[in-house]
Amino acid sequence: MYFDSFSAFIHMGGYGVYVWSSMFVTFFGLGALALEASWARRKITQEARAQQARAERIQRAKSASTQQQSGQPS
Amino acid sequence: MWRWLHPYAKPEATYRLNKKLLPWFAIPGVVILTIGMIWGLAFAPPDYQQGESYRIIFVHVPSAFWAMGFYMGMAIAALSAVVWQIRTAEWAILAIAPVGAVLTLISLFTGAVWGKPMWGTWWEWDARLTAQLILFFLYLGVMALYAAFEDERTGAKAAGILALIGVINIPIIHYSVYWWNTLHQQSTITQAITRFEKPSMAPEMLWPLLVSILGFLLVSSALVILRLNNEILKREVRRPWAQTLLLKENR
Repeated sequence: MYFDSFSAFIHMGGYGVYVWSSMFVTFFGLGALALEASWARRKITQEARAQQARAERIQRAKSASTQQQSGQPS
Repeated sequence: MWRWLHPYAKPEATYRLNKKLLPWFAIPGVVILTIGMIWGLAFAPPDYQQGESYRIIFVHVPSAFWAMGFYMGMAIAALSAVVWQIRTAEWAILAIAPVGAVLTLISLFTGAVWGKPMWGTWWEWDARLTAQLILFFLYLGVMALYAAFEDERTGAKAAGILALIGVINIPIIHYSVYWWNTLHQQSTITQAITRFEKPSMAPEMLWPLLVSILGFLLVSSALVILRLNNEILKREVRRPWAQTLLLKENR
């Protein structure tokens, strides 16, 4: 460890604001990309779920109507 | 080689390959980047002229370097998309562009806050700085053009062509510090690596910098892989393979 104390590490010889704002922006940027990717993934999963539910609804409606038709003799 | 490579253009195959590759980029990437940051921030000695402010180099140089590197990657994807019309390659443009844009923005921001204490200014219309700003606008332009058409494939083609034209900016950024004698300094790493007898950078500073550069590459690649898989799933969500895969996830 080059620095004597933690406060010296934060102070960075008077350049603390510059050094730490660089670090913040860097990891904020990379972190935002990672978060965006995980949100997008969640949205796609939800869409797949919704599609499946819709397909099941259509299937049920279809089978119900065919049962009705077969129950009524023409 | 083409016979072996071509099946990977199929979205499903790309997805599965990406999924296999992801941990090999993400885990070492986070570890190596953390090591590089701690090494650079806390253990590397201060610069005799710039004091502690030079520690910005450990994020500035890697982000600037890979902002250009990922542009070349995007251009290769664009070439494949425009020439062979491979859909996965089109989506790769879309996966890389935001990552590259963020890397460019990081390099511009860290350059500004390094410039303020050392040069006395946040910004100067110096050749290197201006060329890097153009790189940022190229990334934004590629993203905007991709989204600008009703037909997505038309947008992909237009964005691909813009990405290919923009390649001209990469050598300009690289050689700007040699062609024009303005504010930005010349590459220290090139001189440190090529001149063993009289290196331009102390090894105690050079090693954490090289580690950080590797860390940035791995983490950014992992982000591109994640994004590319998302782009694939978005378009393939109605296909059976994507359906079964997504429904298995409990989120």
